[in-house]
Amino acid sequence: MSAAFVRMEPLPPQPAPFAATGMWGWLSRRLFATPGDIAMTIVGFAAFVLIVLPLFRFLVFDAVWTGKDREACVNAAGACWPFVAAKFNQFVYGFYPYEELWRPNLVFAAGMLLLVPLLIPSAPFKRLNAILFFGVYPIAGFVLLTGGNLDPQRFVLGRFIRISDYVDLDAWRGMRATFWIDFAASALLITLAVAIVARIFGTRISASLKAMAVIFLALAILIAPVDADFGLRWVETREWGGLLVTLVVAISGIVAALPIGILLALGRRSEMRLVRWASIAFIEFWRGVPLITVLFFATYMLPLFLPGGANIERLVRALIGVALFSGAYMAEVVRGGLQAVPRHQYESAAALGLGYWKTMGLIVLPQALTNVIPGIVNNFIGLFKDTTLVQIVAILDLLGQVRAAFSDPNWSSPTTLYTGFAFAGIIYFIFCFAMSRYSLFLERRAGTSALRVEGAMR
Amino acid sequence: MTDVPVRRERLKASWIFRPGVRSAVIQLLLVGLLVLVGWFIYRTTRQNIITQRIPIGFDFFWIESGFSISQTLIPFSESNTYARAFLVGLLNTLFVSALGVFLATVIGFLVGIGRLSHNWIIARLCGGYVEIIRNLPLLFQILFWYLAVLAALPVPRQSISLFGEVFINNRGILIPKPMFGECIGVVAALAVAGIALSLILATLARRHRIRTGAGMKTWPVALLFVLVAPLFAFFYLKVGVAVDHPVLKGFNFIGGMRVIPEFLALLIALSTYTAGFIAEIVRAGILAVPRGQTEAASALGLRRSSVLRLVVVPQALRVIVPPLTSQYLNLIKNSSLAVSIGYPDLVSVFAGTTLNNTGQAIEILGITMLVYLFISLVISFAMNMYNRRIALKER
Repeated sequence: MSAAFVRMEPLPPQPAPFAATGMWGWLSRRLFATPGDIAMTIVGFAAFVLIVLPLFRFLVFDAVWTGKDREACVNAAGACWPFVAAKFNQFVYGFYPYEELWRPNLVFAAGMLLLVPLLIPSAPFKRLNAILFFGVYPIAGFVLLTGGNLDPQRFVLGRFIRISDYVDLDAWRGMRATFWIDFAASALLITLAVAIVARIFGTRISASLKAMAVIFLALAILIAPVDADFGLRWVETREWGGLLVTLVVAISGIVAALPIGILLALGRRSEMRLVRWASIAFIEFWRGVPLITVLFFATYMLPLFLPGGANIERLVRALIGVALFSGAYMAEVVRGGLQAVPRHQYESAAALGLGYWKTMGLIVLPQALTNVIPGIVNNFIGLFKDTTLVQIVAILDLLGQVRAAFSDPNWSSPTTLYTGFAFAGIIYFIFCFAMSRYSLFLERRAGTSALRVEGAMR
Repeated sequence: MTDVPVRRERLKASWIFRPGVRSAVIQLLLVGLLVLVGWFIYRTTRQNIITQRIPIGFDFFWIESGFSISQTLIPFSESNTYARAFLVGLLNTLFVSALGVFLATVIGFLVGIGRLSHNWIIARLCGGYVEIIRNLPLLFQILFWYLAVLAALPVPRQSISLFGEVFINNRGILIPKPMFGECIGVVAALAVAGIALSLILATLARRHRIRTGAGMKTWPVALLFVLVAPLFAFFYLKVGVAVDHPVLKGFNFIGGMRVIPEFLALLIALSTYTAGFIAEIVRAGILAVPRGQTEAASALGLRRSSVLRLVVVPQALRVIVPPLTSQYLNLIKNSSLAVSIGYPDLVSVFAGTTLNNTGQAIEILGITMLVYLFISLVISFAMNMYNRRIALKER
């Protein structure tokens, strides 16, 4: 017996309703789902058109592209790009001497060359690259930008003995003989003293000798290039400006902030109470006050605190302030990384017999720092944006230079101001956007991002 | 069995390696170093102060300031002291910060929720807003609003007029100023008391609901407290209100209340900038609530609004509040950028003008930094309390 009305196989699936698929489906779901949605879509579209179209017209279609002075732009309805072209050097280098521009250019190029492979995770020679970027590059950059040849007079011994009474040697390539004899003698004496003290407390002499030798060698390597005369003209930081200052403040701020931040973060997690309290007080103080007051502090108070402080150049003072400020913020980023290192890592290190500094340097910090690279990049973005504040203490960064150029009567036109803002805005946006995308890329790669959670839930 | 005497092996290592000793030595060294540095700074500073003939002490507070301030919440004139100038600056800082926090929260929540909207164009617009705002320096935005937008408004004689009452020009916004009769204090006190009573009532009602499960409508009573009672007093006491209208006289307006462009530029820039960051925090917070929670709530038969109010928002807030606190603190600290456009905030009035006039950098900057530090500590303490209240209670 067969039952003809029983269907033996399932019906073929019907195509999705017209309204749910394709372009129409997308439109009806994402733009016109409900009456409220339709209203929002219309408002949103109107806002988009009202903002973006005039912007494009201003920046491109109505813009003036060629011209020599304000005559070209006086009747313009759009951006006055010749103004930017004429002021371009000022925006990028400030008043850095024209014939020496190859120096900042070289620093920019070398920075790019070292930074790009450092940022690409798969590029080889990471360690060498990092040493070059964080160790060699700042010194080379300093010498190139300022001209170096600082010519220090005395080290330690020289403060007690006048070495020039005993030695009479010519300076070699700008390096004063008396200073280096002073340096060598002081190094030798200090090393001996440390070795003797350490012996009394039971450390092996060879170990302390080695440690001291490393310290003094590093110092010598640091001082020598700054002391030497490479035949570069001295360029005062007063003449620097524009993007150069922005980058110098941001990069030296972050490079100085890393060691400060690591030390503070370790201090904050230390078991020694006084060390912990001191670190917390330092971190919370600098994080609790606005950067402007820090810059005021560096400009007005620092000269009072240091002997000969009034002779420290304005930019250097600001750099000290920025380093303290960003060091405190960096400490919190690093602390986050330290807290994320599992406890068994410390325990395994202890089981291997490693001491505190070896545990931290070889086991904990490498993991902690790798984990917080996105945080460091985000910190850097903040610092990069905050560098604009130096113009309040009369250091002309990119924005400060652009602002200063507004008052040039040769270029006064109705759109000069807007063009300047557009230019500065585009530069800042490109830098910050690129960095924030990079940090996002790192987060995704590390798989620690909140975005991964988001992706899994959608 | 005889007791074998336990032979303690003598440690070979020096006592210096004992952790306790070492930590004591290191801490002593740290304290010594700090004291040394402090003493060194003290000595140099004293030397510098003497050679540069800088006055010290806090006597300058009671000197006549000799400058005027463009926006004051309390009366201030040239003949007032620096102490009062300090107070004016502090109040201006708090005023712009409070308004900024409020606006930034509102815009931030709207944009953050908008970015999750299923409406494509709204989501994209909010995303664009967040990206642009967050990737431009705040100082850039403040200067942009001040120099490029507000300064470009028409001169007073060609003001943009709204209903003939509000006038917008390049010197700010002029609004009618209400002038109340003398008993307005009573009305204000009633309103404040009403708000306090309503809050207490709401708390009691919530406790009652948690204990018994029975809800209570509190809003009619609250309305009575907050609105009806003060209004009744207003009319009963015949307070009366006169309005001082802004009127164009010659080249400028007289009368009314003027909102200065510096304030507007700072407020707009601060709140839109911080809103960009708050939006991201809100978005992350909402996304952190698992979808199962929403589905379970709908399965219980809750309305969509109730799902949001009772299930999603409380859980999202747990993620949102801690980073939100630091954004509020950032906003307050960033309000010091007022100095770049001359809004008379604490930094501008005190660490700017007063410092230039008196030259007493140490006292003035010290006080300024301590004030910000104090505000930061108070806010983070308050927000920590709030956070503890809404934090997950493990039962």
